[in-house]
Amino acid sequence: MISFNLLVFVSIAYVVFLFLIAFAAERRAAQGRTAWLRSSAIYTLSLSIYCTAWTFYGAVGYAARSGLEFLTIYLGPTLVMIGWWWLVRKLVRIGRTQRLTSIADLISSRFGKSAVLGVLVTVLAIVGTTPYIALQLQSVTQSIAVFAASSGEVWAAADLNGAAMWVAIGLAVFTVLFGTRNLDAHERHHGIVLAIAVEAVVKLFALLAVGVFVVWGIAGGVGPTMDLIDASVQSQWAPQPSRWIGLIFVSAAAFLCLPRMFQVLVVENSDERTVSTASWAFPAYLLLMSLFVVPIAVVGLDLMPEGANPDLFVVTLPLSQGREGLAILAFLGGFSSATSMVIVATLALATMVSNHIVVPGWLNARTPGATISGDVRGVVVMSRRISIGVILALGYIYFRLSGGGAALAAIGLVSFVGVAQVLPAMIGGVFWRGANRWGAGAGIAVGFAVWAWTQFLPSFGVDAVISQSVFANGPLGIAWLRPTALFGIDGMDPLVHAIFWSMFLNSAALIVVSICTFPNPLERIQGAQFVNVYDYSSGARTWSQSAARAEDLLVMAQRILGGAEAQRIFQAEAQSQGKKGFLPDVTPDFIGRLERELSGSVGAATAHAMIGQLTEGAMVSVDDLIAVADETAQIMEYSSQLEAKSAEQDRTARALREANEKLTALSIQKDAFLSQISHELRTPMTSIRSFSDILRDSEVEDEARKKFAGIIHDETNRLTRLLDDLLDLGVLESGQVQLNVATGLLVDVLDRAVMASGVHDHDLVILRRAANEAVSVNTDLERLSQVFINLISNAAKYCAVDAPELRIIVRHLNGQTVVDFCDNGAGVPDESQSLIFEKFSRLEDAGKAGGAGLGLSICRQIMTALGGDVTYLPGQSGAGFRVTIPAEIALAEQ
Amino acid sequence: MAGYGRIEFLERGSYRQRRLRDAARMLPVFAAVLMLLPLMWPRDTPDQSLTSSGILYMFGLWIICVFVAFVLSFLLRSEPNEKDEHQGKTP
Repeated sequence: MISFNLLVFVSIAYVVFLFLIAFAAERRAAQGRTAWLRSSAIYTLSLSIYCTAWTFYGAVGYAARSGLEFLTIYLGPTLVMIGWWWLVRKLVRIGRTQRLTSIADLISSRFGKSAVLGVLVTVLAIVGTTPYIALQLQSVTQSIAVFAASSGEVWAAADLNGAAMWVAIGLAVFTVLFGTRNLDAHERHHGIVLAIAVEAVVKLFALLAVGVFVVWGIAGGVGPTMDLIDASVQSQWAPQPSRWIGLIFVSAAAFLCLPRMFQVLVVENSDERTVSTASWAFPAYLLLMSLFVVPIAVVGLDLMPEGANPDLFVVTLPLSQGREGLAILAFLGGFSSATSMVIVATLALATMVSNHIVVPGWLNARTPGATISGDVRGVVVMSRRISIGVILALGYIYFRLSGGGAALAAIGLVSFVGVAQVLPAMIGGVFWRGANRWGAGAGIAVGFAVWAWTQFLPSFGVDAVISQSVFANGPLGIAWLRPTALFGIDGMDPLVHAIFWSMFLNSAALIVVSICTFPNPLERIQGAQFVNVYDYSSGARTWSQSAARAEDLLVMAQRILGGAEAQRIFQAEAQSQGKKGFLPDVTPDFIGRLERELSGSVGAATAHAMIGQLTEGAMVSVDDLIAVADETAQIMEYSSQLEAKSAEQDRTARALREANEKLTALSIQKDAFLSQISHELRTPMTSIRSFSDILRDSEVEDEARKKFAGIIHDETNRLTRLLDDLLDLGVLESGQVQLNVATGLLVDVLDRAVMASGVHDHDLVILRRAANEAVSVNTDLERLSQVFINLISNAAKYCAVDAPELRIIVRHLNGQTVVDFCDNGAGVPDESQSLIFEKFSRLEDAGKAGGAGLGLSICRQIMTALGGDVTYLPGQSGAGFRVTIPAEIALAEQ
Repeated sequence: MAGYGRIEFLERGSYRQRRLRDAARMLPVFAAVLMLLPLMWPRDTPDQSLTSSGILYMFGLWIICVFVAFVLSFLLRSEPNEKDEHQGKTP
């Protein structure tokens, strides 16, 4: 028979052992030898605080009552860990870059460092966790009572309460000692982590030892155990689908959202690679923890007397078989489960309370604008110590008030669903940039309220908080608000009912409110940082050029981080800026970095507020962002202006190049023109000079003299005509021609032109249709007639056929009057058609035509001056010219 | 994400790493589906869906999950670069 004193001695020895281990770990960490403390094995084992006394003892009871359903509590975390690539990896990365201190800090920091959200999550966590701490105290005292009973003593309630109180005090001392020892910038507690890792080994070993004893020591091997299972009351496994799915979901959610789990999973993690190992090692740990649960339950039900509490089979079964050593081991396993959970949960809650409630309150209570005086460090540490005491006291009070009865046993799942209300805000914050603080606040508040109404308050029992009539008829007779049948949907499993409605309404509120409201700039910056954490390695630059002086910042940092740490940071920064000493330039980058360092100690919202005091609110405001946007727009406009200018210059350059080419071409033309004109002038001049020489120098017969004088006369006429043409062309080209606009009939103009051309019927037959020619035109009739004369005489000169004909056709094309002159000659070859309107261009020998080749050129210049045109008309039987008389003038008179 | 000048086609090594990440993402999905399978087991007579078969099935599934997670974590651990993480969604 085991003596009670021995049990107490073993317990105290175990606790002392844990203290020593934690102390040794702290010392090693202080010496900088932390490599093995950050190993994957320690990380995986520290995750085992998920397995509390509720799972150590309670799983067996759960299996005895509901068969394999207890597995769901382990399957959820298994899914989360083997799916680490989705979420856990991202959370750990965010936790490291943002220096998160708790799950409240995650939510607060993500949603614009909102202080209100931090408080909300903290309150939710306290409400959800306090009963859980009470449950741990209960399990320890119950297991102690078992040993007391077996040694012949029967404990009164007062004794149980006393034991619970001593356990609570011991845990408070441990947590204060190792949890608030240093205000670490990374919020990592090597002593505690190592102690809970050791406890994790102890509880796994204890449960495996009991399991092995039960299967091989009592049942007689695996086969007989299986037979025993199939022969028990739980022979057929009939899970309820809704509970099965709901429990897997809620345990997965709780694994991520429980403050203590977030503490070990994210905050205490120092190396992302350890997560990869934990992704398989932790599921393996859970597997081993649950491997022998069903055999212990079945064998316990088989061997233990009717009415024995199945929650305690792990201890009572070895005890009943006389295996006292094994029973003590099992007791230590349960003790380890309870204490490790309480220590980490208390620490996580205390951090949240001090960072999100006490320190901000303390800062607000001070006169605004005054710089921080007094030792903030002391305030933070003291507030944490007090919080630890208060939280454990709350747990103890809850334990006393609830009477330690069966009501507590259900609190595990109630607590899970409660903390899971943070999940939508967490998932939304990490994956959806659109989630904002209004949405997160609404979601958490709605979820919290629905959970409290449908599960938390009813968990105290009928008539405890909610009366029987409210259960039956709803509050104030509103039937659709009944706690177990929201919206009138009756008959759901109460647990599934609470999970479904709280999570559904929570998520819906988050999404709807986020979509309908607008986040502030800081939220948007933080949102981008969280969602795209893999893209940004550095932190957000949320501080603009600040008014803070380096010395003020150093003074403040020293108060929070401690002198040595703060000086180290400032010195490193000064060095990286190339300065000596402790005072770097206050750049936005530096302030951002300092804020993250501080937030590692006091939380993001508080750090932000403290820096805000010193920098006199020089943080980014909407106006700043707008100013930045304006500046950017200006720069963009300027650059587009530059672009336009450069395009314009390109165009100008191109135009200049073209003009230059034209000028060059004109210059060549001018040269050609001059040489042409001198040639044209010299030919008649030569003959005039020779004949006048003959007349002067020699005796010439009368007949010959007359002939020579005639030649001189003809040549002079030719010269005169040439000079007239040249003058005419010069006037026309310069555009200074005087137009004598008058109205007349086209037929008159043509008649005059035919007459003036001096063409006789035997030279050229002119065919006309007088009916078409009765068109009134308003133009310079003299000039138009000049064009017609030119075209008619050209036809007479060049049409080299036996019976030359010229058809003059007047038409209306597109509202314009055109006059076509078509002869029946050889026409103009294709290659020459573009040249005939040029000056001095003649297709044949100059002498024959007796002109200088200016006729068509003058025609074109005249028609251009009149606003019309003259073009060569190809495709006729001979040469064809089309004169286009300007439309507006022609039409105006019709 | 546009604007990073992401690469459309990867070389063999990086491609393999991407597929391993896909595997790591898909593992919990498959595991979850298989965990729901026993809900569909027949339960017409008392000798169907015995708790012992449930234990064998669930723990067998669990061991396979742990093993696959172990292999994946080992393979992903040898991943050399984290820098191209923002291209994680590239097919």
